Amino acid sequence: MADESNGAGVFGSSIRRREDPELITGQAKYTDDLQLSGMVYCTVLRSDYAHAKINGIDASEAEALDGVIAVYTAKDIEASGVPGGIPVGWLLPDMKIPEHYMLAKDTTRYVGDGVAIVVAEDQYTAHDALDLIYVDYDPRDGVADPKKATEDGAPLVHDEAPNNIAFDWEIGDKEQTDAAFANAAHVASLDIVNNRLIPNAMEPRAALADYNSITGELTLYMTTQNPHIHRLLISLASLGLPEHKIRVIAPEVGGGFGSKIHHYADEAIAAWASMQVGRPVKWTATRTETYLTDAHGRDHVTHGELAMDADGRFIGLRVDTYAAMGAYLSTFAPAVPTYLYGTLMSGEYDLPAIHCHVYGVFTHTVPVDAYRGAGRPEATFVVERLVDEAARVSGIDPAEIRRRNFVSPDAFPYQTQVALEYDSGNYEGALDKALEAIGYDDFRKEQAAARDEGRYLGIGLSTYIEACGLAPSAVVGSLGAQAGQWESAVVRVHATGKVTVYSGCSGHGQGHETTYAQIVASALGVPYDDIDVIEGDSGVMPHGWGTYGSRSAATGGSAIASAAEKVVDKARTIAAHLLEAAEEDLEFEDGNFFVKGSPDQAQSLPDVALQAYLAHNLPKGIEPALEATSFYDPANFVFPFGTHIAVVEVCATTGQVDLKRYLAVDDVGNVINPMIVDGQVHGGIAQGVGQSLYETAVYDDGANLLSGTMLDYAVPKAHFLPSFETDRTVTPCPHNPLGVKGVGEAGTIASPAAVVNAVVDALSPFGVNHIDMPVTSEKVWNAMN
Amino acid sequence: MYPSKFDYHRPSSVQEAVQILADNPDAKVLAGGHSLIPVMKLRLAAPAALVDIGRIDALQGISRSNGSLRIGACVTYNEIANSADVQAAAPLLAEAAGQIGDRQVRYRGTIGGNLSHADPASDLPAAALALGATLHVAGSGGSRSVSASDFFVDLMMTALQADEILTEVEIPAAGAGTGSAYVKFEHPASGYALCGAAAVVTRDAGGSCTGASLCFNGVSATAVSAADAASSLVGSDLSDGAIDSALSGMSIPDATGDMFASAGYRQELARALGAQALRTARDRA
Repeated sequence: MADESNGAGVFGSSIRRREDPELITGQAKYTDDLQLSGMVYCTVLRSDYAHAKINGIDASEAEALDGVIAVYTAKDIEASGVPGGIPVGWLLPDMKIPEHYMLAKDTTRYVGDGVAIVVAEDQYTAHDALDLIYVDYDPRDGVADPKKATEDGAPLVHDEAPNNIAFDWEIGDKEQTDAAFANAAHVASLDIVNNRLIPNAMEPRAALADYNSITGELTLYMTTQNPHIHRLLISLASLGLPEHKIRVIAPEVGGGFGSKIHHYADEAIAAWASMQVGRPVKWTATRTETYLTDAHGRDHVTHGELAMDADGRFIGLRVDTYAAMGAYLSTFAPAVPTYLYGTLMSGEYDLPAIHCHVYGVFTHTVPVDAYRGAGRPEATFVVERLVDEAARVSGIDPAEIRRRNFVSPDAFPYQTQVALEYDSGNYEGALDKALEAIGYDDFRKEQAAARDEGRYLGIGLSTYIEACGLAPSAVVGSLGAQAGQWESAVVRVHATGKVTVYSGCSGHGQGHETTYAQIVASALGVPYDDIDVIEGDSGVMPHGWGTYGSRSAATGGSAIASAAEKVVDKARTIAAHLLEAAEEDLEFEDGNFFVKGSPDQAQSLPDVALQAYLAHNLPKGIEPALEATSFYDPANFVFPFGTHIAVVEVCATTGQVDLKRYLAVDDVGNVINPMIVDGQVHGGIAQGVGQSLYETAVYDDGANLLSGTMLDYAVPKAHFLPSFETDRTVTPCPHNPLGVKGVGEAGTIASPAAVVNAVVDALSPFGVNHIDMPVTSEKVWNAMN
Repeated sequence: MYPSKFDYHRPSSVQEAVQILADNPDAKVLAGGHSLIPVMKLRLAAPAALVDIGRIDALQGISRSNGSLRIGACVTYNEIANSADVQAAAPLLAEAAGQIGDRQVRYRGTIGGNLSHADPASDLPAAALALGATLHVAGSGGSRSVSASDFFVDLMMTALQADEILTEVEIPAAGAGTGSAYVKFEHPASGYALCGAAAVVTRDAGGSCTGASLCFNGVSATAVSAADAASSLVGSDLSDGAIDSALSGMSIPDATGDMFASAGYRQELARALGAQALRTARDRA
């Protein structure tokens, strides 16, 4: 058991989340809860057309409405002289980068594109005024399907991007791969659509901007996963204010799943409006706006093929993908279907030849960017579906064909054919544990017996790997990132021995306040309750890169561990001085420094801290106070892996899929808080099951979003899901101080393939070899009939 | 999610409510508000005035007399689902009401609002049809009664005039040998019925069917009765085979296809759920 009084055993224990009492009782303050004196409200008029020329805008009636302070269009922003841009932060070779302005200038490119803004005294007036702005649109044809958008004659989203191609990217060796296919004994081949998803964070995006024209300072409270990135982009590209004059604060943030990484126009608009009207301006998205503006996820059209020799050994993989970018290039969008997708094509397998080709495609839709998993769920789905299809065409059991092709535990570090070097793993260990827990052999007997009764059971495996904790900065920079991927931490021990920790990550539901305190309690040997964790304020902590991509433990946690180690080193020097001993003779245990063999003559960390602050008796050359800052740049990605297994029953009369069991064996390295890790796995699985069975953003042929409300877009409900079974293997990360990997996205990455593989397995008597997601009851019924 | 401006009236009697409606042609009746308020917040509806009938005592309450069950228009789904009187006299209605939305919705939404809104994918219209309900209506021209089969006119259109309010739902109490069931296939997003099947059967002492009705929500623009399929069961032993044979040729006229489900799939669901509802009703009879 953990002893929270001195930090012993706190690392690795399921301490309850200290965040929760505030969240559960409604005391937490979100952006929209904040009120500032003189605050006014901003709303955005959005295009009803997927594609239209704007001939003119008449806002006179809106301006005349009582309570309206101003109506602005792109012309007003241009006239103000600010840069006005919404930039892309990842550059690929020869990528087309069309202008993305804070409001549409003369063309709208998706339903939801901002056209004008209203600033009014209250929310009702601000919304009423939207109905009084008359836009003279000249509607044009739109296109929503990323493959059709590349066909000759398709409506162009941007004139400078012929065939709507934003970039043409490849990885791997085409010739070598083609040669492998020429020698193949079996080839598995699938056409796969990875369905477009809408993020649905519980809290809609919001911003409260307060510009002080005297000091030139902008304070921007907003729903962000990365306050410093938003500060940087608003400074450089949107408003041109000096970076040090902008303070971005993330109050409580109610989920993000990636959607609050990106820099959108709306928060910059609120800030710009505050500069114009000289009062604090609040903008809060309605749920409808969330659907129409938060960057969507996935949306791939793919053809994949896997070549095998006569023994079912994989000899080559080739993948062609059309990946939607939407109407504009969102913040990290180009990285998602490239360096977070093509690089994962080796899966857990020893694959000697791989080629992956990706078109990034503009469509008249909401921009697409990172959504929980970001590229890795799409890659895992392609690989794991092809592996099951390979099992089918070769007649080898799906578990056996995986076992036959895994990278073996003694082959690490393993250099894939698609850039990544896996540092560690034991894939068969996780598979064996999962198969035993699910009772794989018995299930096959039960399945056969059920089929005799006209009942259709299926089992699906997903043996996934992912790369997260993006790193090192120099490598991601060489791949096109316009950002670093290190992380910062400050560990400040106060004079009384209490501790404040600052992180450049920015949690929004992950439980950092708990887990980071656990790290520090273990490192410093101080009571867990004596440690506070502060994140999410660019005015308070050093620059950091925020929370996304399952990076907060591997990079943020490592930065904290490094800073804590520096604190201990300094404290050791002071303690040695106070004990009149040599540093190398000191032990540090449970927060106490003492000479080996004399634990009764100890200086506790709080004792040392007090002396460090009094500075009456410090060793020569040692500065007062006791704190340390660390900027931690990881040596490599981290590589979580595991086996997920879904068991389904398909209703023969309606086609409805009943998810009966879901079992996950994940290897996320050392675990700081098992309960929080389980929670992350549960949430990730729920979202992946959502993608596989329920969720899909539907656009019609004219690129109108049909699934525009929660009545139409099916986020899974708790009663749709079985009680998940979770287990772990532990292969510590070899290159970071905590041995941790990442867990935030693993469930989302693994589960869609597990569920669809299970459904296809259930339907094997009907000759079915693939069904696109979401696997609705109607699709299943059609497949059976 | 901010509605347009509207006036708000809270009458204390049906007569007062009807008068306000007559005086305000752009007014809408507000009962539980679970359909009207969301469309107002989306600005898909912008009534000039709301007439809140939630405080009218005459629209409350459930009673049984002379072989019929009477339910006030403002009785909530939750009250219906848990009422001993409804469970005894019209268990089909209690079963359907218990499947609407979630607990919060069931504590606010009302039977009168549901039937007047006439959303074909909601759960009560088919039950009202299958039970042969009579809907009592008050307007500025006086009161009248409409049978459920005449009440649902088209998609979200009823026989109610603009100045009329549904005041009470009357259902003949179930007799001996009667069983019923409501079976629903819900849309995973909205919880509304892609198809909902309401079945009532009556058997004589020898087990043969003396009466049957089978009605559906969600399949077409209004709740519909599959009268031919149901009447072909009369005289049968209600065996699985008899039920399957009665449903084998069933086709719901003007089945709806949309982004959630094609018309053809809705027909399949109607056959599958209809059979399930009839079997369960039989077992309960």
